[in-house]
Amino acid sequence: MRRFRQADWDEPLIFELSRPGRVGFTPPKAEPEVSDAAGDIEELVPQNMLRREPPKLPEVSEIMVLRHYIHLSQMNYGVNSGRFYPLGSCTMKYNPVINEVLASNPGLTELHPEQDESTVQGVLEMMYWLKRWLLEITGMDDGTLQPAAGAHGEFLGCLLIRAYHEDRGEIDERREIIVPDSAHGTNPASAMMAGFKVVEIPSREDGCVDLEALRSVVGEHTAGMMLTNPNTLGIFESDIVEIAEIVHEAGGLMYYDGANLNAILGRCRPGDMGFDIVHLNLHKTFSTPHGGGGPGSGPILVKEFLSDFLPVPTVERGEEGYYLSYDRPKTIGKIHGYYGNINPMLKAYAYILSMGPEGLREAAEVSVLNANYIARKLMKVRGITLPRAPERPRKHEAVLSASEMERETGVRTLNIAKALLDRGLHAPTIYFPLIVPEALMIEPTESEPLEALDAFIEAVREISEIAYSKPEEVLSAPRNTSVTRLDEAKAAHPKTLCLSWRMYKERLRGG
Amino acid sequence: MPHPYIPNSVAEIKEKMMEEMGIKSIDDLYADIPAEVRFERELNVPGPYPEQEVRRRVEALLGRNQRFRCPPFLGGGVWPHYVPAVVDEIVSRAEFLTSYTPYQPEITQGMLQTLFEYQSLICELTGMEVANSSMYDWATALGEAARMAGRLTRRDAILVPYLMSPNRLAVLRAYTEPVGMRVIQVDYDEATGLIDLEDLKEKTNSETAAVYIENPSYLGFVEEEVEAIAEVAHDAGSLFIVGVDPISLGLLRPPGDYGADIVIGEGQPLGNHMNYGGPLLGIFACRGEPKMIRQMPGRIIGMTTTVDGSKRGFVMTLQTREQHIRRERATSNICTNQALCAVAAAVYLSLLGPNGLRELAELITSRAHYAMRRIGELPGVRAPIFSSYHFKEFTVSFEDRTVGEVHRELLSRGIHGGKSLVEEFPELGETALYCVTELHTKEDIDLLVSALEEVLG
Ligand SMILES: Cc1ncc(COP(=O)(O)O)c(C=O)c1O
Repeated sequence: MRRFRQADWDEPLIFELSRPGRVGFTPPKAEPEVSDAAGDIEELVPQNMLRREPPKLPEVSEIMVLRHYIHLSQMNYGVNSGRFYPLGSCTMKYNPVINEVLASNPGLTELHPEQDESTVQGVLEMMYWLKRWLLEITGMDDGTLQPAAGAHGEFLGCLLIRAYHEDRGEIDERREIIVPDSAHGTNPASAMMAGFKVVEIPSREDGCVDLEALRSVVGEHTAGMMLTNPNTLGIFESDIVEIAEIVHEAGGLMYYDGANLNAILGRCRPGDMGFDIVHLNLHKTFSTPHGGGGPGSGPILVKEFLSDFLPVPTVERGEEGYYLSYDRPKTIGKIHGYYGNINPMLKAYAYILSMGPEGLREAAEVSVLNANYIARKLMKVRGITLPRAPERPRKHEAVLSASEMERETGVRTLNIAKALLDRGLHAPTIYFPLIVPEALMIEPTESEPLEALDAFIEAVREISEIAYSKPEEVLSAPRNTSVTRLDEAKAAHPKTLCLSWRMYKERLRGG
Repeated sequence: MPHPYIPNSVAEIKEKMMEEMGIKSIDDLYADIPAEVRFERELNVPGPYPEQEVRRRVEALLGRNQRFRCPPFLGGGVWPHYVPAVVDEIVSRAEFLTSYTPYQPEITQGMLQTLFEYQSLICELTGMEVANSSMYDWATALGEAARMAGRLTRRDAILVPYLMSPNRLAVLRAYTEPVGMRVIQVDYDEATGLIDLEDLKEKTNSETAAVYIENPSYLGFVEEEVEAIAEVAHDAGSLFIVGVDPISLGLLRPPGDYGADIVIGEGQPLGNHMNYGGPLLGIFACRGEPKMIRQMPGRIIGMTTTVDGSKRGFVMTLQTREQHIRRERATSNICTNQALCAVAAAVYLSLLGPNGLRELAELITSRAHYAMRRIGELPGVRAPIFSSYHFKEFTVSFEDRTVGEVHRELLSRGIHGGKSLVEEFPELGETALYCVTELHTKEDIDLLVSALEEVLG
């Protein structure tokens, strides 16, 4: 096993580096004629609106700011800088460097969203074709790139479901959105945001939708159902056509959470499975970096009959080129100040060009191969099981459980995660989905070489061995990261809660 | 053919793996997909192209966007500002750029501390106690703020200025109407553009969840009677929400100083490129009372120590508000946010410091005033149409020409003028919204003025 030690610069807060008078950046000076015309600024601003006390921002020189944030970056872990990032449900694939280079082109970065359409033909063309390709990949008819993330797309999708039922005069009855108990938290939360009631149905023993449970809840109150396929266990819902039929017959719509699309690119399409609305996460399936939490991009794609409700504007193509169309009389309006997160869109556009149809399909297949390879090897590790239909193949991810190890040694999934960090490997997603106890949700993606998969498997095996021989050693992980285990209870406790430098100083003053 | 992005796309490697797994073909792993939904043809998308060809194509594509002789005179929610080189250097570090949300805090202290610093800097700037680590943009931050006010007051009406940004208004409606909230517009004073206090008083009542203002306003002028507005809101038991352009706070009083309960805004000017309107950075800050904090949307980073108490550290905290724990009872559905834009903002504010920000805000307001004066001197032109103080945006009204004509003539001279307000606010006549920042030098402004002179001449 290769050794690992993360940087620890014992980095102060930027505020603690401050010294009066230092500057990190100097704006230009106003030209004399400009100053003369404006006169005394303090006279210009209404007296009661003038800031008398400058904000207490830190005063730090350029090199100090630069080093501070470079140090902090070195105390972080990325796909492109780390060793392995199998964070389930997040599709942490390689973020191609060329896409960053292309997206930093001033021909994109310096465009204002209110520019005349004739001056932004390049970016409109990109948006138009990206949408077209996404429609082809998902088997849908129309869509919008406006949502800034997956959950934002889900919210919009639920607004479309609302608008559809409203248009048919049924919204007062159709108040319920069905989600399986294995769903991601954003699904029920998005339904709530759009004013729906959430009806949760239990999964079958094999982790898939229980058709009987579904039949027992659908009816005249059903507005729709949210589902991801493959589901969050990484298992393909083979009954998908029947599920869609049950929901459609009850008058509801089918919503596809596209977080798991990577597994099936070019092999099957949500549009062909009976879904009416699809969101994608460009920051997962289409290789755009996640930026430590965002920005992402969550396009929404729909079947023809929902097209009228899409938010405005959409990019269309006319005789004089590409343009922004506001012509949707039944539109739900807008869910973003402008047109969404353009910079990830360009990266997804470039990614599709790099992959082509074969490449996308190959990405799906290798991501599935990698996930199953890991799952099959890990289920043989002592204390680790593959619950829920172990005989069925997984798709792009697999959810294993450390329940047995926990029972036998006291070492929990959390401890395994921390012990992986100690080996320079990022942990899988843990404790999700909620239906698997002590869950380890592993998604290696197609970007990882066999060597990395083997190193990960070997690391888990080693951790298991230690758990069964010297459990304290695993329980005390991590030790090789910038900091050891952090006190999350203290962070959230009202007496010790500290959310800003301001609160910190008050605390120091004994407040 | 092996693909550069897929290390295991080598036939021998795949075969070796499959052999170990006891399967014959990849198809075995897809056998559970029913035949009726299998996709049998090839996707109709272009590629694959090698990197060199991708580059050529995308650069050609972006080349079809037009460059101007100087930055566009456009604002309204996204603004042209200078991005210091250090900001771009930091946000392109792979350790930040290519990481996910910091779910494993011990190995992601860098992102967590940076976001804690971002929150802290926003608090100092706005005069609030708490900030979250970002929302999608100003518009969605407004939607979330209105819903939070609704939850806190159990009331359903949001009062907004008539002259607010129509885009933000549309988003506010989409966020609030599904839960039965109402958006009510408040009139403005025709001479100054400022909120009509009498109308505000009349419309504020026991159903008012919040009063919202934008400061500087969408049309660039600065609300002056902020204390009076706060008082109207608070007397009725409503919250006071203020939307800001953060750069203006180098010069203008922070909303925390005049009674704001929630401060939102657009953080794009803090070191983020315009990118045709996204990614943006939704600022969200509020007062520090526990009952407010509990209702906040979005991720919040908190300071703590290691379990052994030996060292300071940072974690995502108060997560029981969030969707992954609270599901349909969460305060918001937001998961992925705009973290990297918040990183840019942290670096930006650290570089500028209090003095840099003040100098920048003064420079912008000087340039804007120079531009207003020069443009206002042209025959048949009024700039601005309101008699109040303007920060960086201002209205320009034409007597004898249409906004559309002027715009096209400027474009043909390689200059992008302001945004037409003719459709958004027809009652303002042939008026456009111009914006001037530190990127517009005196020469640029003079260029605009002489072009306008020709066009109007
Ligand atoms: C299954 C699933 N659905 C939805 C989401 C939400 O997507 P986003 O984080 O882009 O809002 C995620 C991502 O975390 C997910 O894994």
